[in-house]
This record gives sequence, structure tokens and C-alpha cells, in this order.
Amino acid sequence: MKYSLVSSFVVASLFTAHTAQAETLRLLTWGGYAPEEVIAKFEAETGHTVEVTTSNNEEMIAKLRATNGGGFDLAQPSQDRITSAQEEFGIYKPIDMSRVNADLFIPSMLSATAGNTTFDGDVYGLPHVWGTSGLVVNTAMAGDVQDYTDLCDASVAGKVSYRLKRPTLIGFAYSMGLDPFAAYGDADAYQGILDQVEAKLTECKPNVKTYWGGGDEIKNLLRSGEVVASMAWDTGGWQLNADNPDITFVAPEAGALGWIDTFVLPARGRADDAAYDWINFVMQPEIAAMITNTAGNFTAAVDGDAGVSADLKARYQGSFDQDAIDNIKWYPPVPAGLEALEGATLDRINAAN
Amino acid sequence: MGSDRSRLGFYLLLAPILLWLVVLIILPHIGLFLVSISEKIGPREYETGFDNYAAFFTEPLYWRTFARTAIMSIMATALTLILGFPIAYYIAKLTRGRTKTTLFLMCMIPFWVSELVRTFGWMILLRETGVISNVLQYLGLVNGPVEMLYNDAAIMVGLVYTSILFMVVPLVTTLDSLDDSLIEAGYDLGGTSTSIMREIVIPHAMPGIVSGCIVVFMLSLGNYLTPILLGGKDSLWFTGMIYTQFITRFNWELGSAFGFLLLALSSLVVFLGLKFSGQSLSETMGRP
Repeated sequence: MKYSLVSSFVVASLFTAHTAQAETLRLLTWGGYAPEEVIAKFEAETGHTVEVTTSNNEEMIAKLRATNGGGFDLAQPSQDRITSAQEEFGIYKPIDMSRVNADLFIPSMLSATAGNTTFDGDVYGLPHVWGTSGLVVNTAMAGDVQDYTDLCDASVAGKVSYRLKRPTLIGFAYSMGLDPFAAYGDADAYQGILDQVEAKLTECKPNVKTYWGGGDEIKNLLRSGEVVASMAWDTGGWQLNADNPDITFVAPEAGALGWIDTFVLPARGRADDAAYDWINFVMQPEIAAMITNTAGNFTAAVDGDAGVSADLKARYQGSFDQDAIDNIKWYPPVPAGLEALEGATLDRINAAN
Repeated sequence: MGSDRSRLGFYLLLAPILLWLVVLIILPHIGLFLVSISEKIGPREYETGFDNYAAFFTEPLYWRTFARTAIMSIMATALTLILGFPIAYYIAKLTRGRTKTTLFLMCMIPFWVSELVRTFGWMILLRETGVISNVLQYLGLVNGPVEMLYNDAAIMVGLVYTSILFMVVPLVTTLDSLDDSLIEAGYDLGGTSTSIMREIVIPHAMPGIVSGCIVVFMLSLGNYLTPILLGGKDSLWFTGMIYTQFITRFNWELGSAFGFLLLALSSLVVFLGLKFSGQSLSETMGRP
């Protein structure tokens, strides 16, 4: 049954490839979300060509802002960063749901992302890859680190690293018993939370070896043993676990922070056909599994976890029991202007001695 | 007719440099300036004013970083001069022929790879599990691993290493042009090494010293990679702040204002440097 569905889809996409014009899809995405083998299959089936640029949330928005939403045909920012960017800069165009094969998406995720990315009545985002950030710990050397604030413990002094970015502020706030997401709508209350977190992070600064910037940097620090506990993404921890069984991802007691990376259409993208073809292509279960195997994170595709390697599943289950999954704090949309407050806080932490 | 044609030729030859200046330097700066004087009052709402510049002076964090960047750049320039002058003097005056070429080439070889690779090289040397730390442990000079990365000294090492070539080259050129017989005459007249250095060599090399210092200072002030990578958690550097404003804060207005302040600062320091050393820009930069 599944086979026939898939094959009919392949036939359908072959058919559209013959009727539609072949285009170049300029994809702005994260490392690992567009593996070579997936691109090759897509190009063979549809006739489109794909150019990949890898980036991160902030740079995606900055790049699209610089061109008023031009230069790329499909981008993949996290769902909480879409409405504010749309409100401030108008860099996206709405998704035409009639061109998306909604059956390929897990319904609850599709509707949740639609809700979070609706601006002025239009939906701007479709869910693709999801994951969490929490703690990556060398359990042999820092087994006591169970929560974000444990990073400030004297037992791990000088061997800790985290990013100087908003997830750190949010994670520490939860760990300190505060609820930053609930205060999103109230700038004064949020500033109050930021002030407490700022004091904590300033006090914690001597414990930190360095603030990491990129995924490879933190993996390197953990692998060499220079850092034994860190805030990082779940995939980073699982990749390190494959090399060194002592290192793994730990879902913090205060809750891992859950993110969903999406598909959005830049306002001045030229290859919408290719963009919708790409979305419908990568959400097929077996393609989604290929992406999960390279990126390390699960997707919003129905049955997308069926073809995922057993190792990755085992690591995922090792880090998340049902309680930890229920305790994941999913990022709600960031209101416009909130990042300016966070930015000032982060600058002050960076300058503190 | 003939003069018309030569005038046409003059403008044609001038066109590339004019295009370069106008399209790549003047127009972007005008755009940047316009962005820097727009204040954000709400989503997609802006008005003209100097609030961004005011923000720089009212928030101590910003001008402290600014001052720190300037002072560390000046220190890096001085260190580069102190290290670069003996090297240049040796190459220009104490070696001949092939040795001279070889030594000069050895100064240049590290610059055949990109700055990023050179900075990573320093990270491999200085980090806790790095080369120097391991050698010290092997020799029994220290008991445990030592961390030499992520502090101001590491930034300084990186800055000096990155820019020393730009000090050595102009110094070698000016010292080369100093006639050896002048130094000999100095000794004949009873001068000591110190007095000859002070009265003959340094005054002659002054244009080279000043132009080298200007270039090194500009490179250090505008450096982004070295302070960020080697400085770690203490890597406050003004270019890093500009990057943060543009990319992670989406605050292009403040970032542009910072850009202009950096331009003003570097111009001011170069102007003061020329004033104090009694050199003119045309003399230092115009001389080969």
C-alpha cells in the first residue's frame, strides 16, 4: 500500500517535471538539511537544479533583509523567528497550501507551525526538521550536571562552554524557576527576567572556558576534553556519543528547548515551482529518513522515522524518556522588539569581567 | 583637436579608478550614513535623527569597547614596530644577494595562506590540548595542561603575527635606500651605534616607520577574525560589535553608526600619529 502510494507520487512528480519548466532552486538552509544524495535524486526526478547555501537563523534573516527577500527561492528559519521578521522587514511571501501535499506532514505539527507562523491572516511556514537544545555532558567527568545552572558549579570550573545567544538566556531562566515564554508579551516582566539571568550569567562567567560560536567548535572542545559540560543541540551530543560513549546529550531538568525549522518562501524568490517541488519531495518518508540520518534530527514527515538508523533511535531514546519529552519547552513566536532587549543583556554579559 | 584627444584619453584612464571610488566606496558610505541617521520607532517605522550616535555615548559598554579596541591596536602597532625594525634592519643592511631574497621570502611565506588558517594555526599551538601545552608537560616544566588561549595576550600575539609583514616591507624599502656610506661616515666622525641609530638611521626610516604603523594600526583596528577566535569569552572588539548589531540584533541603524565612528576613530588616530611624528601623508604614502 505504502509502496504504491510512493510510486504513484514518483510518477506524478516525474509527470510534473515534464510539464513544468526546469528551474534553479536557490536553497538557504542549515548544514545537513540538503544532503548530496537527496539533491541528486531530486535533480534526476524533477529536472530542477539546486544551489545550497548553509547558514543559521540570524544570518538567514540578515541575508534576506539585505535584498528585501531576494536572492533565494526557499529558506529554512526556525518557526519562532518568522512572524517578527515578516512584521519588521516583509521578507517572506505566504505559503499556497493548495500546492503543498499536506498528507506528507504530521498533522499536529503542520497545524502548530501554521498557527505560530500566521501573520495578518496568512500562513508563512511549513514544519520540516525539529529538535531540541539542552546539555551535552561528558558523563565520566561531569556526571552531576543535570540542569543549565549546574554549569556554574565549582566542580566544572573552567571546563564549561555555552553560546552567548538567546537560547542560553531562556534555558537559564527556566532553570532558575522563571518562565520567560509566559513573559514574552510583557516587555517589563521580560526585562525583569533578563536582569536576573544577566546577574547569574555574569557570576557564572569565570566558570566558562569560552563562548562557542559554531557546532564544529563545540564538538571539538568536547571531543578534546577541554570542555566537559556545555549547552548544545541534541544532534551534536549524539554525534559525539558515536565516537565517545561517555559524552551524550542530557535533557535538562528544567526542560530541553524545542525548535522546529521550517520552509518559508522569500518574498522575491523566482523559482516557486521548484520550491514547492522540493518541499513535496523531501517530505516523502524515505527522503525524510535520509535527511534525518545526515542531519541527526527528526522531521515532520509522516513515517519519516521508519527508515532512520537504529543507532540514532537508540541515542534519542537514551536522552529522552516520556517525561523529558513532555517537558520540552517549545519556542513560541518571538514578538518584534524583544531581541533588542536580549541583545543589550548579552552585550553586558560579554563585557562583564 | 590633439588636446581634446589627449583629454579623452585622460578621462578614459581615470574612469576605472573613479568608478571604483564612486561605486564601491562613496555610494555605500552615503547609504550607510543614511541608515545610521534613521531611528527605529516601531516595526517598519523610522525617523531621521542622531539617536544611534547618542546611544553610543550614553551606553558605557559601547565606548569602553571602542577605547579598548583603539588602545590594544596602538599597543599591537608599537609591538609590531619593535619586533619588525630589527628584522627589517637585518634584511636591508646586514645581508646581501641570495640570503636577502631568502629572508625576505621567509617573511612572506606565512602570508600565502589565508588569515583564517594562520589564526587556526595559533589556536592549535596555544590551546589547552595544544602543541605548546604538551611540550611544556613533556619537558616537566608544568604539571598539568595550561590554557594559553582566550585572553588578551593571545589576541596580541595574533594581531602582531598577522600584521608584521606590513611593517617589515616598508621598513626594508626605506632602509634599503639609506646609503651605507652615511653610516660609515657616522662612525668615522666618532658616533656610537646608539647615536648613529638615533641621528641617521631612524630619521631616514621615518617615512617607512610611519607608513608601516598606519597600515598595521588600520589592520588591527579593523580585524575581526583574530580577536574573536583567539580572544574567546574576553574577545570584546569593536568590529565584533558591528557584526553583532548587523547580524544577530537586526539593528542596522546602530551598526551603521558604529561603522562611521570606527572610520572617524581610525582617521583621527592616523592624523594624530602624523602630527606627532612630523610627517605628511603624501610623503609617507607617496614615497616608494
